[in-house]
Amino acid sequence: MSTVNAALPGVFYRRPAPDQEPFVEVGAMVQEGQTIALIEVMKTFSEVKAEQAGTLGRFLLDEGDEVEAGQGVAEVVAP
Amino acid sequence: MTGPSRVLVANRGEIAVRIIRACHAAGVEAVAVYSDADKNSRWVQLADHAVHIGASPASKSYLNAAAVLEAARSTHADAIHPGYGFLSENSRFARAVQDAGLVLVGPPPSAIELMGDKATARATAQAAGVPVIPGSAPVTDLASAQAAADQLGYPVLVKAAAGGGGRGIRPVSSAAELADVLPAAQAEARSAFGDGTSYLERALARPRHVEVQLLADDHGGAVHLFERDCSVQRRRQKLLEEAPAPGLHEETRQRIGEAAVRLARHVGYRNAGTVEFLVDEDQHFYFMEMNTRIQVEHPITEVISGVDLVAEQLRIAAGTPLSFTQDDLVPTGAAIELRINAEDPDRGFAPSPGEVTAFDLPGGPGVRVDTGLARGDRISPFYDSMIAKLICWGADRDQAYARAEQALREFRIEGVASTIPLHRRLVGNDKLRSGPVHTTWLEEQLE
Repeated sequence: MSTVNAALPGVFYRRPAPDQEPFVEVGAMVQEGQTIALIEVMKTFSEVKAEQAGTLGRFLLDEGDEVEAGQGVAEVVAP
Repeated sequence: MTGPSRVLVANRGEIAVRIIRACHAAGVEAVAVYSDADKNSRWVQLADHAVHIGASPASKSYLNAAAVLEAARSTHADAIHPGYGFLSENSRFARAVQDAGLVLVGPPPSAIELMGDKATARATAQAAGVPVIPGSAPVTDLASAQAAADQLGYPVLVKAAAGGGGRGIRPVSSAAELADVLPAAQAEARSAFGDGTSYLERALARPRHVEVQLLADDHGGAVHLFERDCSVQRRRQKLLEEAPAPGLHEETRQRIGEAAVRLARHVGYRNAGTVEFLVDEDQHFYFMEMNTRIQVEHPITEVISGVDLVAEQLRIAAGTPLSFTQDDLVPTGAAIELRINAEDPDRGFAPSPGEVTAFDLPGGPGVRVDTGLARGDRISPFYDSMIAKLICWGADRDQAYARAEQALREFRIEGVASTIPLHRRLVGNDKLRSGPVHTTWLEEQLE
């Protein structure tokens, strides 16, 4: 299992826009480098990417939560 | 006429502080609103009353019209000042304010609506006899977009009809590129503004951004307070502004001011507003958009005109006629505004939230700092990155720039990165100081 960490502080989002589907659901397969979330900091968005392939085990934050740099945002279980 | 006695300030940061000060100076009480993140903020302390309106993300607080209206109701405010951003150009909110029996310190909802849609705004400007950049009707599919672009001639800009603040604009230099960009531009417009309508405009070569400040009352009074040059931009975000615009011919200056007033009268405008123009190398000017609110850069107009724009907003909202005419207004000297943002210019302008551990503000003649921040405050990731605005006035441009250089030597912010080092380089730049520059000049400098 690996933890995906936030590269910068900000606000955590699982969806590209409020009216859209989440990037990935818990239990789904993700590829290395796949975007799984966004972090907004001062109206600038950056992508959070899976560092390895596997199954998305769980998210450690809720939509709209504040996140610190280096904080874990999701767990990916190796295939 | 009796005006509002208690104004709810539906905003945060420096503009909330600015409005509260204007209210108090006018003998009016001010109610602040705040989110979780802003609980201990300066404007909450300055206000007579403060109401918590929700969680930290703006969508759950400052953009929540129902919560803002409830805060006004519960504190018996009789007017709402929306500032800039957030709900300031939302015509539905403006109508809801009126429906609740409150006064909006701003324009009529119909004017917000008319100017909020860029394609309609363009057509309205044209109808008012204000020159517009050659452009197309709204385009819905690639075929109509390519036909329109052929007629205009490349390069063109693809623009979101509902866009604003420089967002939703994409330059395109060929038919192939247009095919590439249009679907994405439409999707982006839909996602950002809830409306995918796009239109095309001819791209001008090396234009300047010049905008005219207006005030209009309920009694047919409408004046302009001269112009500002906002050409120093990065990714269409303004970083440094000047008033008056350097190097503008006297005749152009007069005509651009008159054109802005003509548009304001045509749409039945009231309160403070700004008409933005692009000016080409031959000093032809073209309507870009109208901002139906007070703007970030309003202080430089205040210092050259001697008019307190927010105080005038409150007076106009009270139904008071303007106390001056166009002939009474004479610009004095020159002013420059520097936007100090929590961004690191040396790291691609990376946002830099965090705690401000040192915050020493500059002073001296002609120096004004507008900020919502105090030492020890935390710059939150939830909102925009503005820390402060440094406004420097001088009897002429040289003195304004010299004072800005000195003020930047004194200005100290620690704990977060800021744009101060970039501004230090900018105010010493010969090309900028001999002015004017065009809207992509700064980006070329940064490359």
